[in-house]
Order: sequence, then C-alpha cells, then structure tokens
Amino acid sequence: MMTEISLNVLDVSENSTRAGAKLVEITVAADTAKDTLTITIADDGCGMSPEQVASVTDPFFTTRTTRKVGLGIPFYKYAAESTGGSFAIASSPGAGTTVTAVFGLSHIDRMPLGDMSGTIHTLIVYHPDTDFVYTYRYDAASFTLDTRELREILGDVPFNAPEVSQYIMEYLTENKQEVDGGNLL
Amino acid sequence: MKSLAELKAIRERVQSQVGMRAEDHNHIRVVVGMATCGIASGARPVLTTLANAVQEKGLTDKVAVTQTGCIGLCQYEPIVEVTEPGKDKITYIKMNPEKALEVVERHLIGGHVVEDYTLNGADIK
Repeated sequence: MMTEISLNVLDVSENSTRAGAKLVEITVAADTAKDTLTITIADDGCGMSPEQVASVTDPFFTTRTTRKVGLGIPFYKYAAESTGGSFAIASSPGAGTTVTAVFGLSHIDRMPLGDMSGTIHTLIVYHPDTDFVYTYRYDAASFTLDTRELREILGDVPFNAPEVSQYIMEYLTENKQEVDGGNLL
Repeated sequence: MKSLAELKAIRERVQSQVGMRAEDHNHIRVVVGMATCGIASGARPVLTTLANAVQEKGLTDKVAVTQTGCIGLCQYEPIVEVTEPGKDKITYIKMNPEKALEVVERHLIGGHVVEDYTLNGADIK
C-alpha cells in the first residue's frame, strides 16, 4: 500500500512514460464545496485494448514477465473507492489513456495527498523526453506548469541541470502554497 | 506567483557549462528502481537524497543519478544500482536516505563498496 496519494500519482504516471507518452497531463483539483479531490492523469501513450483495461484493476494481471502481480492500479483504485469516491480508466490503442480518481476530500480514510510537488519534480527531471502539464487547483485558485514552455526558454539546457532542477522545485512549492494558502490536503 | 522570467536568467548563467557534462559514458551511473514496489517501499526519498547529495558534494561531473522501472527483486526494494565504467555492477538493497548518504561518502567519493548493504553482502540466502 502507498502512504500518500502523491506516490500513487508518481507510480501511475510512470506507466504513462513507459507507454511511450510524449505528453502527460496531470490535474489535482480540490473542491471544498463538493468535498472532492479529483486527480486526472491523461497521456498520449500507446493505450490499451478493452480487454487490458478490464484487467488492469485485477492485482493478478500485469503485462510484465518478471513477476505475476501488478499492484499499482489496484492500490490506486482501492485508495479512491474506500473514501466514497470513484475510479475510471478510459483508453484506446494508439490514442492514450486517462485515469481519473475521485476521493472524498474530508473522508477519514483518505490518505494525505503528500508531497505532490516532489512527485511532479521527480517526473519532470527524470523523464527529459516526456512533456508534462501539471495543474493544481484549490477551489477557484489554480496554477499550471507546462514543461513545453520551460523547454522553449531553456533551449539545450536540460531539466536536470542543478539550478534548473531547483527552480522547478521552487516553482512548484511556492505556487502550490499560493494556491491552497498552506492548507494541507 | 513565481514566474518563468527567472528561468531565462538561469539559462543565461548555466548555458555555458552544459557542454562540459555531455560525456555520459565516463560517468558512474547510480540507478534507483522506481516501479510500484520501489515507490511503495520508499524509493522516492532515496532518489532525492542521492540526487541532492551528488549535487551538494560537487559530483555531477562524474556521477549521473537516474531511475528505472522494476528490477525484478521487489522484496529487496528500495534498490540502488551503481555502475562504474569497467567494473561489475553493485546492487544495494533495502536502502533508505541514511544508507544512501553513506554510499555517496564511502563508495561514490571514497571508492569502497559498502558491502553490508549489497545484495551479495546481505545475509538473505
């Protein structure tokens, strides 16, 4: 079991990069009026057949050959559904995959969101060939980080150059703080 | 809100140094397993600790920290593999940030494998 929702997001987004995605869009949206925390991970990777989509929530299904279990998606689905939320995967071969998890925001069994900025930072810095659009929303306030914009400014300077890596982390942390006013999700 | 303007300034500063880091094949490669098994057992803080330590100790010219998927030894996660050019791969198992710092000091800087933390050295037969 994961200890934070952000680790599930990291795990599921890793699947997107391994599916050959060029662009992964991650949205984290807290809505205090509806009492929901909705997380969407949408990629343009290789996608899955309807049979695969039906099987991925089964812990004893995996496309891997080194072991017999695949727990990433089942963990994530269970984490959402145990808070009175929902979980859905939409996918088609060649078009990509969208994973949507809705959590009950104030539900006692909801894991903390955790270090979401750290997750996004890890994804960006260690997947230099994939672009990410990350949106963090708290009621009406939000911010977005689009690595295509960063790339345009940086030219051939890589995301893992120490100063750039640090800038990305600060960008995520400071803007998150401004959006949620320090409310811990 | 933090703006992208700052990034332009960073680019100006950093651009001249980028060419110097291109020699990747001479680097010591430090690879952290980051699949479900790794992440669930604490690989992210290990990766962050390694990356920060390598940066702080000024090792970025000779050490490259990266990540990979499932290595196939899920029960020993978090796993860190260290590959030095011309040497056998060293597999560290059941890592945490403290052990990772020790590996940076003793192995990456000092050149001595921390046998106690390796797959071969650990008492798991």
